[in-house]
Amino acid sequence: MKTKNFLYSQKTAPYIFALPFILSFLIFWVYPLVSAFIMSFQDIGAITVDWVGFKNYGKLLKDKVFHTAMINSFEYMVFTCALLIPFPMLYAVLMDGNLVKAKGVWKALLYLPALTSVVISGTLFRLMFSEYKTGQMNVLLTMLGLPAIKWLKTKWTSEIALLMLCCWRWTGVNTLYFMSGLKSIDKSLYESADIDGATGWQKFKYITIPLIKPTTIYVLTISIYAGLAMFLESFMLWAGNDSPKNIGLTIVGYLYKRGIQKDDMGYACTVGVVLLLIALVINFIQLWLNGSFKKEER
Amino acid sequence: MSNNVQASNSSEDFKGGMRVRRTIGSIIATAFFAILSLIIMFPVFSGLLASFRPGRELIRKGLSLNIDFSAMTLDNYLYLFSGNADSKKYWMWFKNSLVLTIVSVVLTLIICYFVAYGITMYDFALKNVLYFLVIATMMVPFEILLLPLYKEVITLHLIDSMAGVILPGLCGASTIFFFHQYMQSLPKELLDAGRIDGANEYYISVKIMMPIVKPAFSAMAILSAMGAWNNMLWPLMVFRSANKFTLTIGLNTLLTPYGNNYDMLIAGSMLAILPIFIIFLIFQKYIIDGMTAGAVKG
Repeated sequence: MKTKNFLYSQKTAPYIFALPFILSFLIFWVYPLVSAFIMSFQDIGAITVDWVGFKNYGKLLKDKVFHTAMINSFEYMVFTCALLIPFPMLYAVLMDGNLVKAKGVWKALLYLPALTSVVISGTLFRLMFSEYKTGQMNVLLTMLGLPAIKWLKTKWTSEIALLMLCCWRWTGVNTLYFMSGLKSIDKSLYESADIDGATGWQKFKYITIPLIKPTTIYVLTISIYAGLAMFLESFMLWAGNDSPKNIGLTIVGYLYKRGIQKDDMGYACTVGVVLLLIALVINFIQLWLNGSFKKEER
Repeated sequence: MSNNVQASNSSEDFKGGMRVRRTIGSIIATAFFAILSLIIMFPVFSGLLASFRPGRELIRKGLSLNIDFSAMTLDNYLYLFSGNADSKKYWMWFKNSLVLTIVSVVLTLIICYFVAYGITMYDFALKNVLYFLVIATMMVPFEILLLPLYKEVITLHLIDSMAGVILPGLCGASTIFFFHQYMQSLPKELLDAGRIDGANEYYISVKIMMPIVKPAFSAMAILSAMGAWNNMLWPLMVFRSANKFTLTIGLNTLLTPYGNNYDMLIAGSMLAILPIFIIFLIFQKYIIDGMTAGAVKG
């Protein structure tokens, strides 16, 4: 009876409700995160595990392949942020106004790519960017009077393919994020701006942009993370983790290659830890630039 | 055009010239989204066309633009339904994906609801700490935990099992966060009313609160179903025996360099989009709600 009272008391209940999270947090988050740090200082063989200090980190600094992977991931991240924030914002503003007809149809169609898995979308794009003259992108080039290209064999043409795949999948999702952000803006602000004779651009600049800033910061944050941690898109576009001269290798791709394909867990975890540090630094800079810290101090 | 985007609805004030300009603006804006949607639809549409043609054409020519109805056959689909070894394999993947999606969605929703309920509805010592930890887990890309988690799952003898795929993601931070945002605005007096009536804490959380939070369940159900159905990286690492493969990893095994399985790959891919597309069409309006919570208040 006593234990029953204890379990049913208002003081104990919240802990019982939160228990699954506490357990999952410890077992599937803290433990692997700590292990990642520990393993990054180890050389992990099939049977033996040796402590090697900072040797993995030293090796990573000099690892040319890792540098390539870093550059690829950064380029991809910068370009995706540059493409997947302004355009979806513009689309959302247009959708939010009353000019566009049949909004529901366009919204559903824009969102469709997000429903396809990477296997399917990656395969479709690989076939579209096929190096044969009959591939769609090459047919398009021929129509424009340009020579056919081996899209996935050189650095910049494959970057274009990757970015198109990414924009294709996420434009609709980001547009929906911005639309939901716009919904929360008080429409009377625009009406009073109209009375003051504001132009459309002024309203966009002085009302819309500042007021959807929380949405923009959120979309920017997830875009940075997704960009840095991109792997499967490249994995599918080249039907495996190997691209010519590593033009499609990303940080996570290198982590996967080292850890799973080459069974060098210690070194792969070092890659992971470096990725974590980069992600955290970028996010702190971004939050700081956006003044999120100041807001909390007030 | 942008002048009119936010223009007010009161039409009686408009002069004739304004009305014509608005109509033209409306046509341009709608046409813009129609074209954008066509471009977005293009890869899936050409995939659908390709699924009615022999797969070896795909590997020889890439995705082509030729629409030649006389060359189209239902062979690829008939093959999938033929009941031979390959088609049995495909429907096994399909079934595995379905089971995995249903089990993980149901468990995730129930667990995350109760965790969020505990954190939101009570004032207790660890309340803010736990809330902070939920946010913290969202700040670390999953890919960093990939290798240590993989080792951990092997140690726990969960490798090659559905539990190994589902358990680590069960307490999804974003799902908890969403339920939290939703319940935050609800009056806590509802709970007190239940307590006065003599209901215990758990009865209140199920019988009083759950019905109120139903819209949040719908939104999270669709988003986590999409995630589970298309999940690839983690299942790829956990599942080892072919009879446990889900659609994403199963289709991935068809990507041999010889291209002898492309008949099955392309038709199978198109069928794989179908269930999630149907769910999307049914629950479409909840998706925006589901995405709003993270963006607006986050």
